[in-house]
Amino acid sequence: MSMGEKCRRDFPILSRIVNGHPLVYLDSAASSQKPVAVIEAVQRYYETNHANVHRSIHTLGEEATERYEGARDAVRAFIGARSREEIIFTRGTTDGINLVAQAVGRTLAPGDEIIVTEMEHHSNLIPWQMACRDHGTVLRAIPVVDEGYLDLDVFARLLSPRTKVVAVAHVSNVLGTINPVAQIAEQAHRVGALVLVDGAQSVPHLPVDVAALGVDFFAFSGHKMLGPTGIGVLYGRREVLERLEPAWGGGEMIKEVWIDHAQWNDLPWRFEPGTPPIAGAVGLHAAVEYLGKLGMSEVSAHEQALTAAAMEALAPIPGVTLYGPRNPQMKGAVLAFNVEGFHPHDGAALLDQHGIAVRAGHHCAQPLMKRLGIVGTLRASFSVHTTAAEIARLAEAVAALRSEL
Amino acid sequence: MALYSNVIRDRFRRPRFRGMLERPDVAGEDVNPLCGDRVRIQGRLADGRLAEARWSGDCCAISAASADLLLEMVQGQPAGLAGELTPASLLERLDSDIRPSRMKCVALPLTVLQGALKKEATR
Repeated sequence: MSMGEKCRRDFPILSRIVNGHPLVYLDSAASSQKPVAVIEAVQRYYETNHANVHRSIHTLGEEATERYEGARDAVRAFIGARSREEIIFTRGTTDGINLVAQAVGRTLAPGDEIIVTEMEHHSNLIPWQMACRDHGTVLRAIPVVDEGYLDLDVFARLLSPRTKVVAVAHVSNVLGTINPVAQIAEQAHRVGALVLVDGAQSVPHLPVDVAALGVDFFAFSGHKMLGPTGIGVLYGRREVLERLEPAWGGGEMIKEVWIDHAQWNDLPWRFEPGTPPIAGAVGLHAAVEYLGKLGMSEVSAHEQALTAAAMEALAPIPGVTLYGPRNPQMKGAVLAFNVEGFHPHDGAALLDQHGIAVRAGHHCAQPLMKRLGIVGTLRASFSVHTTAAEIARLAEAVAALRSEL
Repeated sequence: MALYSNVIRDRFRRPRFRGMLERPDVAGEDVNPLCGDRVRIQGRLADGRLAEARWSGDCCAISAASADLLLEMVQGQPAGLAGELTPASLLERLDSDIRPSRMKCVALPLTVLQGALKKEATR
């Protein structure tokens, strides 16, 4: 039995009938569905352990703290971070990137440069635009070549001693391109720049070892990796975090407070003001355990096979254009495509009539859409529970689209 | 009710008012924040009437049908009529099961036309 068929039973939502058809959920890149293990972990936590963390001197408070900090240890191991101090819980990828843009932004001077890429999700672009606005820094972008790879020759030329930050997606949320972030980090470090990687589309689908990648920051979201919404993770290399001022202030991130100043708490709490998403962390812990049991190499092989199957099934359909690398080995678990004469939103609405959920539009990557000269695309994305039969249903429905409008 | 009625399919395939005017008196365009779609509308005024109107842009079938029906409703009519129309007037003509997420697609051409006429009125 394939991983998809085995895992399907763990996801209650997949038994839904949508518009008269069994749901085919191909929108995990936007937000993944949740296995029973995650749903139950969150429910059990609220039913038995919930209280505020860290300073509640009572049994429930201690249990909640244990669960929350236990989640941190699980996440640390899952992404290969060296120490738990490097794992900051956030609200999601966007929150993590904004945190870094704020904290690192304060260390920037006019004339310094930040390098992003033309394929970034807005979440890894707008925070840097704002940092440039606030600190007089200059934004540069690595262009995307036609097949959807980064132009690394241009990157090499953009790098200079003025470069202070390089911010890049690990896996493009549209093209699926797996970017060579280890190589990018190595080159960036040679000029003394910090490297932030948006891992929202990689951690749920590929084995990730942040220490081996050698990056300084790595942000991702719980809800795209089978976990709850409202929880995310920012990995920060300890030596870098130690010299940064906190991005935001509040309770929990301090050691001692006077009326006119304060002393910051230790890592990682220094970057976690306010009551954190405790239940979210508990759910994320369960998600990490679920993925860990499957094995990320196996997850990646399963999804790469699906991506290859989808490319093979969609490519011959008249009017279909596929975007991104042609080699499925170079892609994550997403496939963007268009059907000639169809606006992506009309395509998605018609596929929904067949019970097939895909994403449509600019995917929060408008500069990339402009680069490709299109308003948007359809996007099918895959998860542990996706099956070959579902890919076949997608292809069948896409082939029928032209007769439907 | 169908997701895409025959009205939408027909207007999408064979728009009557799609195109550009050479010397428009009024013109406007706007973007649908949902999808980044752009709709442009141009009009020629004569004796207080919207004598001629055309729309253009890359957009979905709903926006396209909405724009085309809208211009059919207002062309040749007093310029003030556009100001009185609401998305509900268009919904009625579209005869489709328009979901809340697509209401902006219906409303966009109307917003663009009303904006263009207002701009002209305050000139």
